[in-house]
Amino acid sequence: MLTIKDLCASVEDKEIIRQLSLEVKPGEVHAIMGPNGAGKSTLGNVLAGRPGYEATSGSVDFKGQDLLDLDPEIRAREGLFLAFQYPVEIPGVSNMELLKAAVDARRSHTGQPELSAIDFMKMAREASKAVDLDQSFLKRGVNEGFSGGEKKRNEIMQMMLMEPSLCILDETDSGLDIDALQVVAKGVNAMRSPDRSFIVVTHYQRLLDFIVPDYVHVLANGRIVKSGDKSLALELEAKGYSWLEDEVA
Amino acid sequence: MAAEFQQQAIALASQQSVLGWLNDAREQGQLAWNTHAWPTRKTEAWRYTSLLPVENEQWQLSDTASDTLPQSALAELIEFDAYRLVFVNGQLRADLSSDLPASLVLFADANADQQSVIKQHLNQVADQQVHLFTALSSSLLNQGALLHLSKNQRLEKPVYIVHINDKANAKVTNARLLLVLESGAEAQVVEHFFSTDDQDRGWINAVTECSVGANASLRHHRINLESEQALHTGAVHVALAESARFNGFTVANGSRLKRIDYHIKHLGSGSDLQLNGIYLPRHQQRVDYHTCVEHVVPHCTTTEVFRGVIADSARAVFNGRIHIHQDAQKTLAEMSNRNLLTSDQAQVNTKPELEIYADDVRCAHGATVSQLNDEALFYLTSRGISEAEARVMLSFGFVNELVEGVELEALQQWLRPRIAHMFGQSDQLTRHIIHE
Ligand SMILES: Nc1ncnc2c1ncn2[C@@H]1O[C@H](COP(=O)(O)OP(=O)(O)OP(=O)(O)O)[C@@H](O)[C@H]1O
Ligand SMILES: [Mg+2]
Repeated sequence: MLTIKDLCASVEDKEIIRQLSLEVKPGEVHAIMGPNGAGKSTLGNVLAGRPGYEATSGSVDFKGQDLLDLDPEIRAREGLFLAFQYPVEIPGVSNMELLKAAVDARRSHTGQPELSAIDFMKMAREASKAVDLDQSFLKRGVNEGFSGGEKKRNEIMQMMLMEPSLCILDETDSGLDIDALQVVAKGVNAMRSPDRSFIVVTHYQRLLDFIVPDYVHVLANGRIVKSGDKSLALELEAKGYSWLEDEVA
Repeated sequence: MAAEFQQQAIALASQQSVLGWLNDAREQGQLAWNTHAWPTRKTEAWRYTSLLPVENEQWQLSDTASDTLPQSALAELIEFDAYRLVFVNGQLRADLSSDLPASLVLFADANADQQSVIKQHLNQVADQQVHLFTALSSSLLNQGALLHLSKNQRLEKPVYIVHINDKANAKVTNARLLLVLESGAEAQVVEHFFSTDDQDRGWINAVTECSVGANASLRHHRINLESEQALHTGAVHVALAESARFNGFTVANGSRLKRIDYHIKHLGSGSDLQLNGIYLPRHQQRVDYHTCVEHVVPHCTTTEVFRGVIADSARAVFNGRIHIHQDAQKTLAEMSNRNLLTSDQAQVNTKPELEIYADDVRCAHGATVSQLNDEALFYLTSRGISEAEARVMLSFGFVNELVEGVELEALQQWLRPRIAHMFGQSDQLTRHIIHE
């Protein structure tokens, strides 16, 4: 699904990702943890193609293609989805407009017929129900005035409708109350399938009780300093990160 | 040079066959027009808008309506149940107009009572000493339309006044509209200006006066979507009596010269003004909105919102003035102007002005100029939306709130695709923002 080899990436000439390698196979769930400022969001942004986040060396292969060569919209149409740590508010553009445009773009790219307005509306309503957002959120401006938790649920709703093959969730659990956390986890788990993979960035082991990962990686200082199974998350919860930084140093 | 231009206009006036009972008004207009100092680049009100496009042309009065309009022109009309008056090159086209109610007449058809209403109100709302092109309009005064609603009269349908210009090379059209609502009356009016031809180089000077009586309510729309070669000067003058309401909406693209003034006076306490405007110049177009709201008496409210999206090498001017006179205590006035520049060459000169001479008032004003938000652009592209479509969505989103604020449903539905197409010329780019 995704093969990252020796990736170096910088933001505003500052190197943030250093020689990072990671392999994500179809169906797998990888959790990435690590201290603030380690480069977790930067990795997500580089993979999604955010302008200004520049890969300086190394390679990223996504389903057999050179990912770094693709424009952000093509990456999305190919099935890469980034749930933002800080979703953007866009007053004046309704959620529904964004969703229809996004789903049309993805479907036509993959040769699927476009959904009629009515069918799409039905799907969107179901998705909003699945993440426990009232239907009125479909008509509102994108994330406009949404609470922190509502924004995160909105990200998951978009993800459900776009049916991506690789989902990168950047701290989707932050700011969620315990019920919302379960809603999000349920949504993600419902989407798990042998040909869909997840990279879940989180600070909290708790999320991983609900979304059980195949691998847990610790990202510190721009590289993966330790990988393990889900028990690593428990260990981190107990010991923090400093022992790892010592180990690496 | 300029004085010469003023003389030429007077000479034009003498060429028309005229309505005798308007002679006085015309003479006063000519007097005002002649005493106006012709604007120079130092004249504050014309600082950023050049009048060369009108000065550099030998104008003829437009006096012929085309017999045939292309089908595409008729398709531009807003389809709704309305009292419709259609003018082509300034001439009434009865075949395209609807039956009119007794309260709506052309100046030429006005009966004695209506003539006296016209004489009583014309240039009473508008101050032609202040407004250059209103003075010109009065100097050339001949054609015009009057809507006169008597006490508590409510029009069943909106009034729809259309001015179509059709390849009127160096022809000047003088449009005049007088709306008089006696106390408690209610009306909705749509004024719609457009060209049938991309190359239309005509000039339309369109002056509207609205006298809104006590407790009366006027919803007024002015749609200016002419060719980018066409010139437009004009003004909407409004006088509000006690507890009167004026709800105004205006939208304009730009052209070689497009200058629209709104001048509203709160003359009776408790009156309320809501004025929303959108300007969307692109290519090399120019557009200039000057608004002036005067609070003369206490307890009146004003909410004014103008937004502009300026593309390519276009240039916009917004000058919004709120003047609160000494007696206008307890005024509530708010004005906001936001501008989005979608290219590095686009420019706007915005100047909100508050002049306050009363001490117990609540006023706020603000103006912003911004560019397309990179974060929002990335957010949309990260959802598979092309950058081109994302730009169109964001540009439209910038004015969407004002479009959705248009309460005349048929007009709102008509506007949406037209505004969308100003941002993106292909259906591929606009189809997700055009929906029911
Ligand atoms: N646009 C930017 N401009 C300058 N520095 C940036 C930018 N984006 C990220 N950085 C820097 O890169 C480093 C990594 O940031 P990143 O957001 O990837 O961390 P993170 O691991 O996601 O942290 P957190 O857990 O707090 O979300 C930080 O030092 C941050 O300040
Ligand atoms: Mg982060």
